[in-house]
Amino acid sequence: MRVHTNGGRSFGSRRVRQVAVLAVAAASVVGLSACSSGGGGSGGNASGNVKGATVTIYGPDTGTEATELEASWSAWAKQQGITIQYTGDKNFTANIATKIQANSLPDIAMFPQPGLLSAAVQTGKVKQLDSATAANVKKNFSTDWQGYVTSGGKLYATPLDASVKGYIWYSPADFKKWGVSVPTTYDELLQLTSTIRQKTGQPPWCAGFNSGDASGWPGADQLAELVLADAGPSVYDAWVKGTTKFTDPAIGSAFDTLGKTLLNPQYVNAGFGDVKSINSTAFGDVATPLASGKCALTNQATFLEASFATVKTAAGTTPKVAPDGDIWAFPQPGPTAGKNAVVGGGDFAAAFNTNAATQKVMQYLSSADWANSLIAVPNASFISANKGLDATKEQDQLLASAIKILQDPATVFRFGADDAMPNVVETAFWTGMVDWINGKSTSAVQAQIQAAWPAG
Amino acid sequence: MSAFFSWLAGLPPLAQIPIVIVAFGIVMVLVVFFIEVAPRPGRGYSIMRLCVAIGVPLVVLLILGIQAGAFWVLIIAAVLGGGLFWLDFRARSGSGYLLQLFAFLSPALLLLIIGLVYPAVQTFVNAFRSNDGTHFVGLDNFVWVFSGGSTGLIAFINTIVWVIIAPVCATGIGLLYAVFVDRSRGEKVLKVFIFMPVAISLVGASIIFKFFFDYTQDPQIGLLNQVVEWFGGTPVAWLQNYPLNMVMLIIILIWTQTGFAMVLLSSAIKGVPTEQVEAAELDGTNAWQRFWNVTVPGIRPTIIVVWITISIVSLKVYDIIAATTGGQNDSTVLGYEMVKQFEILPPQAGHSAALALLIFILVTPFIWYNARNLKRQREE
Repeated sequence: MRVHTNGGRSFGSRRVRQVAVLAVAAASVVGLSACSSGGGGSGGNASGNVKGATVTIYGPDTGTEATELEASWSAWAKQQGITIQYTGDKNFTANIATKIQANSLPDIAMFPQPGLLSAAVQTGKVKQLDSATAANVKKNFSTDWQGYVTSGGKLYATPLDASVKGYIWYSPADFKKWGVSVPTTYDELLQLTSTIRQKTGQPPWCAGFNSGDASGWPGADQLAELVLADAGPSVYDAWVKGTTKFTDPAIGSAFDTLGKTLLNPQYVNAGFGDVKSINSTAFGDVATPLASGKCALTNQATFLEASFATVKTAAGTTPKVAPDGDIWAFPQPGPTAGKNAVVGGGDFAAAFNTNAATQKVMQYLSSADWANSLIAVPNASFISANKGLDATKEQDQLLASAIKILQDPATVFRFGADDAMPNVVETAFWTGMVDWINGKSTSAVQAQIQAAWPAG
Repeated sequence: MSAFFSWLAGLPPLAQIPIVIVAFGIVMVLVVFFIEVAPRPGRGYSIMRLCVAIGVPLVVLLILGIQAGAFWVLIIAAVLGGGLFWLDFRARSGSGYLLQLFAFLSPALLLLIIGLVYPAVQTFVNAFRSNDGTHFVGLDNFVWVFSGGSTGLIAFINTIVWVIIAPVCATGIGLLYAVFVDRSRGEKVLKVFIFMPVAISLVGASIIFKFFFDYTQDPQIGLLNQVVEWFGGTPVAWLQNYPLNMVMLIIILIWTQTGFAMVLLSSAIKGVPTEQVEAAELDGTNAWQRFWNVTVPGIRPTIIVVWITISIVSLKVYDIIAATTGGQNDSTVLGYEMVKQFEILPPQAGHSAALALLIFILVTPFIWYNARNLKRQREE
């Protein structure tokens, strides 16, 4: 049906349209300004009773690790009358950005990377630490660690757990069978690789880069370990800051060294397939062929130990992680024997409000009490860089050795380079490692990651 | 507004009930006032309308909590209100008519503005602003999208390929299937098989296909690679090699959309008059000629609708990429990259908005064509 309009009406309807446009424009102005003034929130009762309060914590750890975290604070929370609600999210790194944008914030978030933390601090939504928590952080953590949570001279978060990266996992029994010993230099490690290849006729190494949105980080870690070991801490720091470029020969040589194992079809990917299957293997899944004996060597942080709890050896038992057990690990050797530089990781708790209960929880998380309670959780896979940690309480031999490394004043400790870089670069770094495994040339990958650095 | 709600939330529950009822009552009285009282003729009512026309924008501005510059708030309110009053006063249908119209429209208008107009305008503005939203950068974000090596360019090219391949294949396969099973024995059962994937969400379908395409070989859990091995081939990394991975992901979309195409086209085919087909048969045409010259022209509008709908689905695809490759190995598309850019901290809001605007620009011709198609159909 057609509507026939007379002149008068159409004149009137044009008027209506004009008004409508005007109204829409007005409302948009209103909306825009409302957004910019934004914020507010429910505010906080900074003082007062915390009994019966609920504190929400949002973090990247799920599954067993989440259970261990919950166990570490449950007794304290019960005693204080505070309910702590922990939500774990495997895609934390991606989702926290959206949450901050949308102002749908938890009370406390556990950031797995200092780079991400400092980006969050720059949004202005992270609250500065209260004085008691700040005092704890200053007392319990080394200046290296304090540096990761400081922005503009102010403390914004407390370090929680820590991990030491760059452990080479192997089977002591198989080493004995092949008549080989733990290498002390990187060249010896390559020699060992070729020996195992000759003895077994199978690829010795296995690796997994798959980790959802964060796929590629295990590769970034391994590259960082080689940069720190070969080029030294000063180049490493400059690299993290962006003054040493990704296209620098020092970074290129680390890529080449890593490629000697990971890009060699003779040496990877034991138990999974060819070189490219590294990208489709989940990072924790390397525990399966390692336990069953199909894979001889893999490079992963201390937290890989947690993955062994759910896999079986060839004999059908749960592998025992010990120097004389089924699985053990040695720190990846440097160019010369006796290196003391390690790359590590860790989580940081930052608060998004100043509620009394939130601050109370932050104070607890920054204390030596919590760190000791964390390692006391049965079969815990966590350690901490907290100086108040009683290393003798650690039941697990591997974690005890890692704590020793963390607490040794001679250790040069550096955070994983990818984690310490700005989030945009980190994302490009991870993608670059995946592309590299897929066969993209080293120089193209270097240029591609370098291009992600924000200008200026 | 938020201050009012916070204050309300702080009160005991029993006190909240009467306050909410009173607040609701006030709003209702205002609406009735607009519709019923304000349009009455007379000088007194005209003055009242002037107060209302200026007062409402003022109150709205204040409620939305704009503290910055009371002076500007007054100016805006006076200009808007004055303009509204003047237009209302000169309205053909008598003064008071426009105010009444606005009172009726306001609830729907408000929701549309909050949910549709404001985000669209904001996105449009952001597309020309820096990633942190502080200053205008002109076309820099679009330069980023179209500069070599950026993920934006890859996403753009991939999206174009998606929009070309997916709708054609899904519509084509759906049409052929509809024709072949039409009036055959077991038509219903055969249709259900093809239609079932429509009931599966894109994420669910993607996860099914992710296992189907899996590249882990020891043990072999990828069905497709197992088939390749049975035929003596070496396993293929389906999702890791560009452009093979894109083709594989497009297959997922085709799989889920073919059923939709088939059902619509099948009912359209049943609507083609039998006389026409029989007449063509008497004229000595073969099956192909009947299909191409009688059936297809008869269902042309439906084919266009189906094709456009699937095109729009493939333009805004996000779930398939997110659930399978995560955009890696150049498999990203505009919809996914838009979200991805926003998920970096600090969010690359400029890049994200530029990608969103590109999707909008690409969708527009389809919507325009669809609207024209509908209009022509109505005129016929």
